[in-house]
Amino acid sequence: MEPILNINNLTKKFGYLTAVSDLSFTIYKGNIYGILGPNGSGKSTTLGIVLNVINKTSGDFSWFGDQTTTHDALKKVGAIIENPNFYPYMSAYDNLKLVCKIKGVQFDKIDEKLKIVGLENRKNSAFKNYSLGMKQRLAIASALLNDPEILILDEPTNGLDPQGIHQIRHLIKDIASQGTTILLASHLLDEVEKVCTHVVVLNKGKNLYSGRVDEMIASHGFFELKTANQKELVDLLEDDTSFGNVSVSDGLIKVLLKTPMEANTFNSQMFERGIILSHLVKRKQSLEEQFLQLTKKE
Amino acid sequence: MRRLLEIELQKLWLNKTSKVLIFISFILPFTVIVLSSIKINFFGFFTLELGELGIFNFPVIWHITTFFAAQFKFFFAIVVVSMIGNEFSNKTIKQNLIDGLSKKEFILSKFYTIVFFSFLATLLLALISLFIGLYYSSYDEFNIIIKETDYLLAYFFKLVGFFSFCLFLAMLVKRSAFALAFLFIDFILEWILLGIIAWKSDLAFASKIQNFFPLKSMYNLIEQPFQRIAMTKFPNKEDLSYDFVLHWYELLIVIIWTILFIIFSYRLLKRRDL
Repeated sequence: MEPILNINNLTKKFGYLTAVSDLSFTIYKGNIYGILGPNGSGKSTTLGIVLNVINKTSGDFSWFGDQTTTHDALKKVGAIIENPNFYPYMSAYDNLKLVCKIKGVQFDKIDEKLKIVGLENRKNSAFKNYSLGMKQRLAIASALLNDPEILILDEPTNGLDPQGIHQIRHLIKDIASQGTTILLASHLLDEVEKVCTHVVVLNKGKNLYSGRVDEMIASHGFFELKTANQKELVDLLEDDTSFGNVSVSDGLIKVLLKTPMEANTFNSQMFERGIILSHLVKRKQSLEEQFLQLTKKE
Repeated sequence: MRRLLEIELQKLWLNKTSKVLIFISFILPFTVIVLSSIKINFFGFFTLELGELGIFNFPVIWHITTFFAAQFKFFFAIVVVSMIGNEFSNKTIKQNLIDGLSKKEFILSKFYTIVFFSFLATLLLALISLFIGLYYSSYDEFNIIIKETDYLLAYFFKLVGFFSFCLFLAMLVKRSAFALAFLFIDFILEWILLGIIAWKSDLAFASKIQNFFPLKSMYNLIEQPFQRIAMTKFPNKEDLSYDFVLHWYELLIVIIWTILFIIFSYRLLKRRDL
């Protein structure tokens, strides 16, 4: 696999605060990466460093296998971080023209990209008159101007209404389906789960996990159970070593599996022991639960 | 270089405020100069014709026009500080860098713009002065016409130096209004320092030191022409004589300040986390 971005032992300190601590990971071509972490976990700082706007304290990073300088590499990258930043007095078209001049791209790309994000009818309106959703879409159009090898998005749906969020996610999936590598920073787990194939989990500037989303925790899932003789069942589960943590809330028993087990096997086992279940569901842990579990360990 | 200039010119040209200020900074001084060269008749009581005073004669005209035109540099200084201040307040500087402009290119694009406008102003001033001079001057030998055109060179470097100072201050404080305030503070500070040094040693020494300060060194490039005009009227009064000639070392001091301001601006940007 072709590496696009390689980060090695990257550290950033703001005075006494360590925003990014000894971080290492690699981004390969063709995947959709999510950088996940609570607010203040160092996501934006990491992106700021690789995008040349924040100075690193130590460590290093390289773009495209270290063939180019960061400043040249950025011409092959499309990125928007935090809020869309454009010249308020210029129209969308003029703003993109300026980006074309910076990146050294032909102006005929502008209309093509505005069409992708659905802003071709408003291209002559001044940026300051745009709604937040439109601004965000314009930022994506701007990031796409140079047909980038990698698209970096920092909280692209922050502050948008549900329709806006839906539009942006749809857009990201479309772009990804054309083979563009995407790096998406977010604190919205649901977003990462829906969009990304790989994930890097950060907390307090440290890398807690990096790998595929579906392999994030080697978990066998859990059962949700209800029965008339609840106490008997709980005692039984707690004694059994093939089950993990047992918790009860609102009459619903939740038990983690330590070994793989199917729901029907479990049901027949319980029946043999004289416990009749009125409710039995086997579930996979959501990314949210996995994430909370990961960040709690720290 | 052309790419960087184009980028900056687009930013300025599409902004109404800076467009108006650029127009003012160009049109106002030249209008004043052109108007003052016209014969004005005050309702038949008397006619005012500054040309009669001999101030539009070659070669003194170069001194007069560059001195007066330089007083209007403040308008373009506002453009310079706001072109930096706006980048910070709109956070577009961050987006520019992310889009692939290097920090060096960012500063250079601003500097090229300063040089471009200073050159344009010098060129316009040269043409206007030449026409007015040809119209009024009693001398029209080529040698006399080109004498003292080094004031144009001084004018150009004075503008470049002054605007580079503004650029540096704007990079330092990130806000246009504060940058202008700092400019004013430096103006006062240079005089206070003069006072302190004069108090500790003597005035002659202090004045020599003051000639190395940024604003004073830029002022020295084109000294005030009033005494010189007076001297042409009263040639006997030798105590009026003063040093109004452009010296190479005066130019060198300003050029060194300009280089320092640009390097400092770049250093500031390089070290800063945006």
